[in-house]
Amino acid sequence: MTRPLEHDYIGLTATKEKPEKLPAEGEAEKLGFKETELRLGLPGSESPERNKGHGLITKSFVSGAKRGFEDTIEGVGKWGLAGSEVEVGKGGGLFSPRGEGGAGSGSRGMDAGGAVGEGKKAQNKGKEADPGIAPASKAQVVGWPPIRSYRKNTMATNPSKNKDEAEGKQGAGCLYVKVSMDGAPYLRKVDLKTYCNYKELSSALEKMFSCFTIGQCGSHGIPGKDGLSESRLTDLINGSEYVLTYEDKDGDWMLVGDVPWEMFTDSCRRLRIMTGSDAIGLAPRAMEKCKNRN
Amino acid sequence: MTIKKKKEIIDDGKSPENRLSLFPDEVLERVLGFVKSHKDRSAVSLVCKDWYTAERWSRTHVFIGNCYSVSPEIVARRFPNIRSVTLKGKPRFSDFNLVPPDWGADIHSWLVIFASAFPFLEELRLKRMTVTDESLDFLARSFTGFKALSLVSCDGFSTNGLASIASYCRNLTELDIQESGVDELGGSWLSCFPENFMALEALNFANLNSEVNFDALERLVARCRSLKVLKVNKSITLEQLRRLLMRAPQLVELGTGSFSQDHSLRTDGELEVAFNNCKSLHTLSGLWEVSSMYLPALYPACANLVFLNLSYAALQSTELAKLLPNCPLLRRLWVLDTVEDKGLEAVASNCHFLEELRVFPADPFDQEIIQEGVGTGVTEFGFVAVSEGCPNLQYVLYFCRQMTNAAVATVVRNCPNFTHFRLCIMNMCEPDYLTNEPMDEAFGAVVKTCTRLRRLAVSGLLTDRAFEYIGTYAKNLETLSVAFAGSSDRGMQCVLEGCPKLRKLEIRDCPFGNSALLSGLERYETMRSLWMSACKVTIDGCCLLARKMPRLNVEVIKEDENDETHAEKVYVYRSVAGPRRDAPPFVLTL
Repeated sequence: MTRPLEHDYIGLTATKEKPEKLPAEGEAEKLGFKETELRLGLPGSESPERNKGHGLITKSFVSGAKRGFEDTIEGVGKWGLAGSEVEVGKGGGLFSPRGEGGAGSGSRGMDAGGAVGEGKKAQNKGKEADPGIAPASKAQVVGWPPIRSYRKNTMATNPSKNKDEAEGKQGAGCLYVKVSMDGAPYLRKVDLKTYCNYKELSSALEKMFSCFTIGQCGSHGIPGKDGLSESRLTDLINGSEYVLTYEDKDGDWMLVGDVPWEMFTDSCRRLRIMTGSDAIGLAPRAMEKCKNRN
Repeated sequence: MTIKKKKEIIDDGKSPENRLSLFPDEVLERVLGFVKSHKDRSAVSLVCKDWYTAERWSRTHVFIGNCYSVSPEIVARRFPNIRSVTLKGKPRFSDFNLVPPDWGADIHSWLVIFASAFPFLEELRLKRMTVTDESLDFLARSFTGFKALSLVSCDGFSTNGLASIASYCRNLTELDIQESGVDELGGSWLSCFPENFMALEALNFANLNSEVNFDALERLVARCRSLKVLKVNKSITLEQLRRLLMRAPQLVELGTGSFSQDHSLRTDGELEVAFNNCKSLHTLSGLWEVSSMYLPALYPACANLVFLNLSYAALQSTELAKLLPNCPLLRRLWVLDTVEDKGLEAVASNCHFLEELRVFPADPFDQEIIQEGVGTGVTEFGFVAVSEGCPNLQYVLYFCRQMTNAAVATVVRNCPNFTHFRLCIMNMCEPDYLTNEPMDEAFGAVVKTCTRLRRLAVSGLLTDRAFEYIGTYAKNLETLSVAFAGSSDRGMQCVLEGCPKLRKLEIRDCPFGNSALLSGLERYETMRSLWMSACKVTIDGCCLLARKMPRLNVEVIKEDENDETHAEKVYVYRSVAGPRRDAPPFVLTL
């Protein structure tokens, strides 16, 4: 079975060298906490996120940076820390570029071990093309994509490159912000200027993410549109299961809907559809902040 | 042709005296002096002994594609009158950190031989070689007539080495260190050009970060009236650039530096005047921090632009769409994928003569996969759009995150004249995102349609089928780059058996093993080199190859002690110089 192998590279990274950032104790704690939480998905379906080797995420998207498992126990911890998610994403998170021994990307069709190539010790040396397996991690492999070091270094120090990411793209009257949904393999981008109010935004997001509902996925490949229906997602969003949050100019995560629409579009830098449990901790803060503002 | 006639006379079997009186060696040498291309010269040298001799005496430029394929002594012995040397060192994958540091390709041993054999050496052009300050100093002091130094993607030297060059090369016409990794100890090297030095025609220090003395630079530019190429670095502000342009309106190639200004320029009009003066510009690059505000100042200088390198300028589609109509003669365009598909549509509408397009990713390591083309770089739509508007395309390098077989087929149907097709789907092993099938058919279409194809780089999910196509159709293919592709040895075999003109094959992370490696036994001597890393080749397989083909150097780079049998990185190349004498401990020559 390839699935365990898909995790191997992550496990390998853990054994090789722990990323500097996160201490082990706090994370283990959080992991335990997470495991006792209510899960989404149909009764009897696998937990979507954290269990090794099962569920939507594993099949379709093993993110090196943002959502990890196992060694990326560190990554799990990050989910509770709303603000830090941004940093994780920016620098490539856990899997910052390394010269040698970069963590492999166990992406589609590959034995994860083999995918690493350089610096990989005693893992799979070969690849088997298996078209069925969905794309996995975006963790970095040495020398991939094939960008020359000179270009890499130059772009890294170029401030304008990061302009868009940090501020939301402002071109000719559009305001693109990224929208992520916990458990979904892909991000989307929306242009906030195309909506006039929260209702429109909410229905647009529902449509966009209805195919990513948790716990439902074809056995291989990108989660198809034959996932749960839109109405189910609406239930999920309107119910206590999902909460729409956004990161504002100050880097704080707030509940969407608390401030007037214009104020929201002015200050929103990115959106995140959070699982209910994460957002519970959020709500009071958001209310506080609004109160302070008013 | 004249040459054929002479050949007939020589093969006539007439007596040596007759031959000489008809056609003295000096004349032959003079005639052959006009033969410039090194391929032609190689052919000439094979005709007969007299021609071999005449050729070697008349050759002034030698091109060595792999510095280890020959030794400096052999070169010096054969060609007594060399004035210009081009050398390439490390395998190309060293650009992507796949070759450990201190691997080799050090120029010094060459320079030592050249100093005695070619004291009149004028030009040295190096790519991917290690050059130390000591070597640069030695070069500057040993060759009094030295004119042109070009170091592309080299490393090992610092700005002190540049100071030596500036100080001692009185006849320097060209100093170009593009994309080299330089240890930056300050910008004072530029001030080492003597005040009476005026010969410079080309100066490219765009890759350096440190500030140079601007006054010294301005004076240098002002007095070098033949200066045609000037590519400055980031530290040069827009205002400083303006002053330089006023001094050198005759420039043909310009690298603008950052193209930004902390404070506003006094009047925008002045900047436009400066650019307005530069009517001879063919090549424009730099623009690292360009903002929309200043971009229009460039427009007057773009009328004759043939090559526009925006690959470090994070332009949006609207900015590009406004810029391009000013560049009607553009043949080569490099951009960042920040311009997105819309920007490429602007390319299609404006650049009717376009022959080369390179689209680089602004954020290649972005961890987040973003769907459906919104703010995501370029997709297959942009690619198809360009192919529809630019039928003369011959060279493409395209970085994207998604592609379809159908789109690629459309592209090559619109542009069948590709000679260089390099497609990099950045997500590894990514299939056709609509059909979920491998990308085999895409590259099948490329090789079937583009009969003149010389260089191909493949990506995406690929089975052996793709390589069957390549082996069957790509009869002019010279360079092939493969990563994370193929299903079995058969893939590599198809290529080795089917592509008669193959010269460079570089492979990484593919399931090709010993049997694939050995299937190319007959081929490697006709090729410049083979690189295989993270494949399934073993040391035993390499030993077998080395044993059977003694004129090849079979080298294994071994950094990892864990697995004794696996050959992590294999580099095979033909050589008349025998095994390397300077191999570091991690390079095993078998």
